[in-house]
Amino acid sequence: MSPASPEELRTITISRMLDDHRVVFAGVGAPLVASALARRLHAPHLSVVLEGGIIGVTFRDGSLPVSTNEMRAAFGAPMLTDITDVFLYAQAGFFDYGVLGAAQVDRFGNINSSIIGDHDHPTVRLPGSGGANDIASLCNKLLIVTSHESRRFVEKVDFITSPGWLSGGTTRCDAGLRQGGPAAVVTELAVFDFHPVSKEMRVCALQEGVTIDEVRSRTGFELTTVADVGQVAPPTSVELQTLRKLTGVDAHQ
Amino acid sequence: MTDKVMSADEAVAQVHDGDLVAVGGSLFSRTPMALIFALVRSGRSGLTLTRSLTCYEAELLMVSGGVDGLVTSWVGLGLQWGVSPVVRMLVEQGHAFHEEWSHLALGLRFKAGAMGVPFLPTATMMGSDLEARSKAARVTCPYTGQELLAVPALVPDVAFLHVHRADKFGNLQVEGYRHMDVDIARAAKRVVVTAEQIVDTSEIVRNASDTMLPHFTVDAVVHQPFGAYPGECYGLYEADMAHLDSYVQGLRDRGPQAGVEHYLRENVTTRATFDDFLQHVGRDRLAALQQQAMEMTT
Repeated sequence: MSPASPEELRTITISRMLDDHRVVFAGVGAPLVASALARRLHAPHLSVVLEGGIIGVTFRDGSLPVSTNEMRAAFGAPMLTDITDVFLYAQAGFFDYGVLGAAQVDRFGNINSSIIGDHDHPTVRLPGSGGANDIASLCNKLLIVTSHESRRFVEKVDFITSPGWLSGGTTRCDAGLRQGGPAAVVTELAVFDFHPVSKEMRVCALQEGVTIDEVRSRTGFELTTVADVGQVAPPTSVELQTLRKLTGVDAHQ
Repeated sequence: MTDKVMSADEAVAQVHDGDLVAVGGSLFSRTPMALIFALVRSGRSGLTLTRSLTCYEAELLMVSGGVDGLVTSWVGLGLQWGVSPVVRMLVEQGHAFHEEWSHLALGLRFKAGAMGVPFLPTATMMGSDLEARSKAARVTCPYTGQELLAVPALVPDVAFLHVHRADKFGNLQVEGYRHMDVDIARAAKRVVVTAEQIVDTSEIVRNASDTMLPHFTVDAVVHQPFGAYPGECYGLYEADMAHLDSYVQGLRDRGPQAGVEHYLRENVTTRATFDDFLQHVGRDRLAALQQQAMEMTT
């Protein structure tokens, strides 16, 4: 079996953070795949919610949904509702985790998926929030998964689409967001958490074979670390095989 | 109760230049495509389109000159195809405006309109640049002192919906997820609906708990099988990803403007009706999509 690709590594790492019997509000792409993997392995009772109004997504190998509202996503789900309704469950505190990808993320875990450059004269107009802002504002704990490039890991995002810890310290709470906030960021290089007081992102554990200098050289801001930086356990063959069955990538390649 | 059954072209006459048009469904699901095609052909202009997940239907209306502004939470071609080249081009060059809200904020704007109140309080979007750039003000709870965002009601001039079943009076039933359709319709001043099937009221009565909207919210009912094609209609037919893929390929090969223009010539402006377009697509192709949907939902 070929080793895990960077994307597979990220997906496996974040799937381990989803505990059984919890409720996860997942964005499409890696967050959804990670939720599917968690259900297949250690969290068979994890409830997966999609913003398209699907509560309790089940997954079929090789047939993962690519959007938040489609029949593949609805198959086997015990409840189909409307979009606004799903987010009102989040606002009422029912969702343990939100999981999001990020086009751009900064040292306080703020995410940009709207605009690169100036708001009134954008260099690139991106698709926008969708439900990402709501997931980041309202879920009890936010997990972020993204590829690690210095253009993505910036000191300050061009536009805060989805709020992290805003400017750090108590600024998130001061802005009126009483719940949630980013707890972890997962990349193919490392896992990050946020300082309990300053709310700055810091290196928590390194992926196998990665050095702290490598992480720093691919990050666009000054990184601190926890006192005792750990090692992320490498993917097991069971994790990799299960993931490849789900995504339809040939497990024997 | 009056009989509201009419043709798509007659129904689209409910839209006037400069209107705010809300489009039901979401992304490639239950999008009222027959009405979108009729709106393109109508030559209306200066429209603003509002919808949660906005995609190819907005590109058609923007390039054909109907729509020059979006009020949306997301616009793109779908995960597998990325950003919308048309919206990028028009917004980056300053030819169209793009007003962005989060999903919940937009949903609550429709809900406020549906409830007949001028705003609704919410805890979302606070502290972000979406809030900073929006028209939303803050409000303080008179009971707890909690500060919340007050999202303003959004009242579309016209709403377009596509549903599974309607009677001639406009009692509407759907299967599967409802997207934001109920609030969009209740908020809108006029509501135009295409239905896969027009049924007798007695059939609506038989499954009354599936009724999504009552007749008095609806102004026009159009009978249109496959009315959401090339998108999906839950349980009835799958989205035609190959059709959409060739649309995207056309934009890549010809550029956004010429790509959409070519698509419109092939599929919309040279076809007198949506049924003519469906005939061009082909019966076998549509039957295969029905088969896929059946396998997926049973």
